[in-house]
Amino acid sequence: MKNKKIVYKAIDIALIVVLFALVFLADQFLPSYDIKFKVLQKGAVFALVAVSMNLLNGFTGLFSLGQAGFMLLGAYTYAIFTIPNESRLAVYKYYTMTNAAGEEVGGLVQTVLPMGIAIILAGVVAAVFAYFIGLPVLRLKSDYLAIASLGFAEILRAICQWKGLGTLTNGSNQLRMYPYFNSIMPYFLIAGLCIAIIALLIKSTYGRAFKAIRDDEIAAEAMGINLAKHKMISFVTSSFFAGVGGALFAMYQNTIQAKPFTTTLTYEILLIVVIGGIGSISGSVFASFLYIACSEWWLRFLDTDGVIPGLTRNGFRLVVFSAAIMVIVLFFRRGIMGDKEFSTERLVKGAKNLGSRFSKKKEVK
Amino acid sequence: MNLTIDHILAGISAGGQYALIAIGYTMVYGILRLINFAHGDVFMASGLIIVYLTTAMPLQYAIPVVVIATVLLGFLIERAAYKPLRQAPRMSVMISAIGVSYLIQNLALYITGGLPQTYPSIPWVSDSVEIFGAITKRVTVITPILTLILVVLLVVLIRYTKIGMAMRAVSKDFETSQLMGIKINKVISTTFIIGSFLACIGSLLYFTSYQSVTPTSGAMPGLKAFVAAVFGGIGSIPGAVVGAFVIGICENIIKSSTDFSIFSDAFTFALLIIVLCVKPTGLFGEKTTDKV
Repeated sequence: MKNKKIVYKAIDIALIVVLFALVFLADQFLPSYDIKFKVLQKGAVFALVAVSMNLLNGFTGLFSLGQAGFMLLGAYTYAIFTIPNESRLAVYKYYTMTNAAGEEVGGLVQTVLPMGIAIILAGVVAAVFAYFIGLPVLRLKSDYLAIASLGFAEILRAICQWKGLGTLTNGSNQLRMYPYFNSIMPYFLIAGLCIAIIALLIKSTYGRAFKAIRDDEIAAEAMGINLAKHKMISFVTSSFFAGVGGALFAMYQNTIQAKPFTTTLTYEILLIVVIGGIGSISGSVFASFLYIACSEWWLRFLDTDGVIPGLTRNGFRLVVFSAAIMVIVLFFRRGIMGDKEFSTERLVKGAKNLGSRFSKKKEVK
Repeated sequence: MNLTIDHILAGISAGGQYALIAIGYTMVYGILRLINFAHGDVFMASGLIIVYLTTAMPLQYAIPVVVIATVLLGFLIERAAYKPLRQAPRMSVMISAIGVSYLIQNLALYITGGLPQTYPSIPWVSDSVEIFGAITKRVTVITPILTLILVVLLVVLIRYTKIGMAMRAVSKDFETSQLMGIKINKVISTTFIIGSFLACIGSLLYFTSYQSVTPTSGAMPGLKAFVAAVFGGIGSIPGAVVGAFVIGICENIIKSSTDFSIFSDAFTFALLIIVLCVKPTGLFGEKTTDKV
């Protein structure tokens, strides 16, 4: 029995290795303008953000809608600290300053960090903001928490567009010319690493405490779990990874602006979490790739004129897509995975059960 | 000086429009404990419907038709997306509301092709008038008056009619009122019908003063109206109206300053957070206690 478990675990690990090998191959053979290339990159980014939201909504039961705001912070932090100095004057052309030497420079920040450190800093900035936002917001319950966190995301967006901070954020103009990865692998590696950390966190004592809070706050408190502390840990961790996700999103986009980080983006991430199953990490990952592939690639044909005469034209794809999402929300509330995780062991057991069910039916006949 | 009168007038008018939307939020929340995220989109849809109706028929027919269409839309949304989830956890219903909002926005995007639609000008209401030396559209003056009349009518309906009594009972205690023989689905449908009706009137007034409808133009007013409802104490109709006027006026004063105009939307949320932290039940809200 124990041997079997080890075999299954090995197969799981092998599957992950195969996945990364496939990504490696994709990097070798796909040109960067290929839609599959874009889908894989964006899918990895959204997988990370969706898992970070799932940690909050699915595992801790905190219905927060502020994910777009933390992504925004991460994206901006990454971009601000990685634009090369020689490009700053071009990027910050409306917000130039004179430095100590009397030269004209673009923007306030003149430090350029290596990409890796900037990505971590993106998460840290998002986490620090999350701590201060969490102080008032986490005291609120369900709907009020949702609307207050959504409000904070909107406030952050307004601040980033404010002229007064123009030398830092470039006002409502876009930030560009920062370095980005022109391959798929780094996105998968960073997102994969972050998701693995979240998965380990959920398996730890903290994770059990989160689940206890989700299932019954009062009971969890009675068992000696410090509610405020654990909610804050979950909120800050989730925001940290949302910030990292934001940095990756900035890289994927090549240019960044505060405008797309609206509540609609949060809603999209929430819908990914719901499709994958609230409380399932692997579900969120599958759903993210499925969602991005459908919205960017597989359903594209619905936007072309004349596929179904008089019906398909620009925008029809999203109508079909959102209708499909409604069907999932209404009739398949558990999503793809429910609150279970994917593993070969479960897959084999499921197949066996299915097989025995069919054979039983035959016997009855 | 003219500038300030201008902005205060615009603020009162915006307040009236938010109030009409906010009532829909507050009534639905009072009964179902649900933030109906799709309400702002119903408001937007109502604006779009009239744009398309006026190409086919004269305005005096289009207005009654749009009222009926909006009410029908609100009713159908409740039946299709919220009723099946009555026994489900509250989070599922809220997600369903977000899904409906996404669907309506995408549908609007498909129909309009993403182009802003010009709202038809309603004669007499869109005419310019001069008050206290400030030139504005007549709709600015009509809005607060019409809002107050509708609110008084609504309060009378809730206080003195049978269905109003049923609504109050359901919002007090969902299960007990069911045991008392109140047809819960009928009450909920009525709530959505009233909410959509008011949103439709609000949309007529709002888009007459802003003139263009885009698929996302319902989202922000919707959220602001919800904040107004929370500010006034969710579940309380006078509260929602007072909150809406406060938000409308403050927002327009902020808009008037060039440096901070970008914060006009953010201000609303800052207000929300302050209210939630200081007095979570809002101005006129009832105190509730959680039972184990």
